[in-house]
Amino acid sequence: MSNAVSALEKTSFEGFAKVSETGLRGMITLRGDLSSKPVKDAVIASTGAEVPDVRRMSRGSIGDVAWMSPDELLIVCDYRAANEVVTTLLAALDGAHALAVNVSDARAVFRIEGDGAREVLAKVAPVDLSTEGFQPDDFRRTRIAQVAAAFWMNSDDSFEVVCFRSVAQYVFDVLKVSAQEGGEVGFL
Amino acid sequence: MLTLQCPYCGVDAEETELHAEGEAHLKRFGPGSSDDEFETYLFMRENPKGVHFERWRHSNGCGKFFHAARSTTTLEVFGTYSAQTYEPPQDIKDKISAKYPGWSWRDFS
Repeated sequence: MSNAVSALEKTSFEGFAKVSETGLRGMITLRGDLSSKPVKDAVIASTGAEVPDVRRMSRGSIGDVAWMSPDELLIVCDYRAANEVVTTLLAALDGAHALAVNVSDARAVFRIEGDGAREVLAKVAPVDLSTEGFQPDDFRRTRIAQVAAAFWMNSDDSFEVVCFRSVAQYVFDVLKVSAQEGGEVGFL
Repeated sequence: MLTLQCPYCGVDAEETELHAEGEAHLKRFGPGSSDDEFETYLFMRENPKGVHFERWRHSNGCGKFFHAARSTTTLEVFGTYSAQTYEPPQDIKDKISAKYPGWSWRDFS
């Protein structure tokens, strides 16, 4: 098998917050009726996590599940486990009207950590990132500067950003500029 | 800046996260319709000064289409609602009536 590499091979930048590409990550798109029993059961069976509430992320033993839209979920798991999760999902769905695809290689993931992490994102995305407005396990699909992206907050107050692999360099550069020393706003 | 609440994900999305998709509540005239009907469907649009109903898409977000009722003069937003409907919900119509008694827009009033 070919040697899979992530978009920026774990490049990182340290400013007033640390921005780093996290390396390969398993990602699966699941579309279907999120309120139907087959879909709910299949999500639990394949990830150990429940179907999340609107704009939330739920955590499971095998994977985390994020709310993308009223009929779409994003499953985030280990890169090597992705194909197996899809297999379990499809088996559990057992012909129910839904779609699951491994999209890991189409995406890039960045982690932003440090005290200024909120600010790094707040400067480039039209989202309320105040402590009241954005909590751990909140998930938001939006844009970062000029491209579509999604991000969530972890319990350690770090953020993880997902974007298309084709714009990975652009997103990294934008986050890098936003995290530059001296660029602190000090508002959040 | 225009801020609309997406009825699907509940986000107060500002303009740059959305995409305008033209007039709301268009009725399609396709195969079998007359040339006049087809022309009207394709090209004839409302361009009101005041109450207007528009279709928007939460393009940098959940990706869903929804409808919005707003005033083109004051930019006041009366509300947003699901696109899976043939007419605006009553509560939005009531809100408009409170502000603009006797308003009308195509077949709605």
